[in-house]
Amino acid sequence: MRRAAIGSVLTAFVLCTISFHARAQDASEKEIERYRAMISDPMSNPGFLAVDRGEILWSEKRGSKNVALEGCDLGLGAGKLEGAFAKLPRYFKDADKVMDLEQRLLWCMQNIQGLDTKDVIARRFSGPGRASDMEDLVAYIANKSNGMKIDVQLGHPKEMEMAAVGEALFFRRGGVMDFACATCHAEEGKRIRLQGLPDLAKAGKQPQETMGSWPTYRVSQGALRTMQHRLWDCYRQQRWPVPEYASDSLTALTVFLNKQALGGEINVPSIKR
Amino acid sequence: MKSILKTAALAFVLAAGTVALPLTASAQTAKNAVIKQPDPAVIDAYLKSTFGKAPPEWQARIEPDEALKTCNQFRNDVPSAEADKIIQRELAKVVFPADGNLLGDWKEGKKIANNGRGGQFSDDEKTVNGGNCYACHQLELKEVSYGTLGPSLNSYGKDRKFDPAEAKQAYTKIYNSHAVVACSNMPRFGANKFLTEKQIKDLVALLFDPESPVNQ
Ligand code: HEC
Ligand code: HEC
Repeated sequence: MRRAAIGSVLTAFVLCTISFHARAQDASEKEIERYRAMISDPMSNPGFLAVDRGEILWSEKRGSKNVALEGCDLGLGAGKLEGAFAKLPRYFKDADKVMDLEQRLLWCMQNIQGLDTKDVIARRFSGPGRASDMEDLVAYIANKSNGMKIDVQLGHPKEMEMAAVGEALFFRRGGVMDFACATCHAEEGKRIRLQGLPDLAKAGKQPQETMGSWPTYRVSQGALRTMQHRLWDCYRQQRWPVPEYASDSLTALTVFLNKQALGGEINVPSIKR
Repeated sequence: MKSILKTAALAFVLAAGTVALPLTASAQTAKNAVIKQPDPAVIDAYLKSTFGKAPPEWQARIEPDEALKTCNQFRNDVPSAEADKIIQRELAKVVFPADGNLLGDWKEGKKIANNGRGGQFSDDEKTVNGGNCYACHQLELKEVSYGTLGPSLNSYGKDRKFDPAEAKQAYTKIYNSHAVVACSNMPRFGANKFLTEKQIKDLVALLFDPESPVNQ
């Protein structure tokens, strides 16, 4: 039942996107808004299937220690999920490192479950017929911060370092096109082709709305995506080398972006183009 | 100059525990200010953790050259003395066609302007690089899918009365955007060896051929 409803709404959404012309942009934007509101309904946003799968994964016993992830501390105490995502990335004493949710989950898989994460990392981005544990877990855990405000932790010197490095990386130009994040995301109301670009250089509404809406179900990819995937795709457009999954520069950028977005309300998984 | 930067970076690192963030925020609003940056060695360590497994030639691409070093320092808002230095240095890199003919084939130019492929880690070696001009510029009015990071180039040659000096300036701009505007957000297509001389001539024709749809 749930699936059939999703199917027809999606078809309508896709048809609507195909007939999208700049001349009819305003009308189309309104239509897309309408469908977006419709599919943001938890009963029909396919992102919530990932939430359900994540819930099962969270309590599944795995690894050489045959235990569930429930013993994993995401910052608020072992197994405590409510509001944990809102305060990430943050410094973890046991790892002596600032980690985003994905880095932390991998750490817990290795250290609490004794799981070899090679396969999990190979499936970090889902594809046709290939589910991603990471996307599902992030959807489940992030969803448990809905309605809360982005409250990234900046008290520890390593958290401050992350924010400062993230800011430097945001403005650092390079690659065959001399692009930085700031080339595409430092002015309001700009677009590439027809895709609107959020201004993430100025703290406030645009970063708040952006960061409060990830992870998201991306209709164009038919998959739930996390910030790791978004940054991977932006670095591709930036003509930079492939960024290593769950590595420090991506966490630094996420800290910086969440600092720009402090106070923004989390409502995930959202649904986007 | 360099030593000032070094001390600034040092001060930053020392202050990191207390006032680092307000410092950066205020520096951002000051005009032509050197932006306080974390210790370069710290940034390098982050870059290494994220891009360190990429092939060496890919890592070399994100090593900022002289121009980008200055642009990064000032977040593109360079003081005029620095801007002049960049323009002189970048101008020297522009190679003009040996026969002096700057106008290629606008029909080819149109394809290049529309092609956004090339240079991405998802591209294979056989990918023909495109100029991706429509990502940032409006050109012919019929193409409604254009970006707005750069100004509209519609009617570009016609508005300039097809003046050869203007065409030469456009060739220069496309070959090396920083030779015209220091720290331009536009790629340096020729200087970075992303487009060939022939491709750049075809793009100049797209802008300056009276037959080009850009000038209709
Ligand atoms: C060449 C252009 C380009 C560059 C460079 C670029 N991005 Fe993006 N970015 C985009 C586009 C296009 C989108 C998607 C907009 C859409 O789908 O509507 C996007 C989307 C995003 C989003 C999600 C926006 C949302 O509303 O959900 C974030 C966050 C983001 N970029 C951050 C970055 C960061 C950080 C960097 C640097 C590492 C970067 N981008 C570099 C073009 C770029
Ligand atoms: C990432 C964005 C971007 C891309 C891609 C881009 N440009 Fe630009 N371009 C700009 C910006 C921004 C300016 C204005 C600022 C400046 O002059 O540096 C500009 C300016 C220009 C100008 C000078 C306009 C004037 O004021 O007289 C020309 C000509 C031009 N671009 C041609 C091209 C062509 C041809 C291509 C494709 C091969 C291209 N651009 C690709 C961003 C871009």
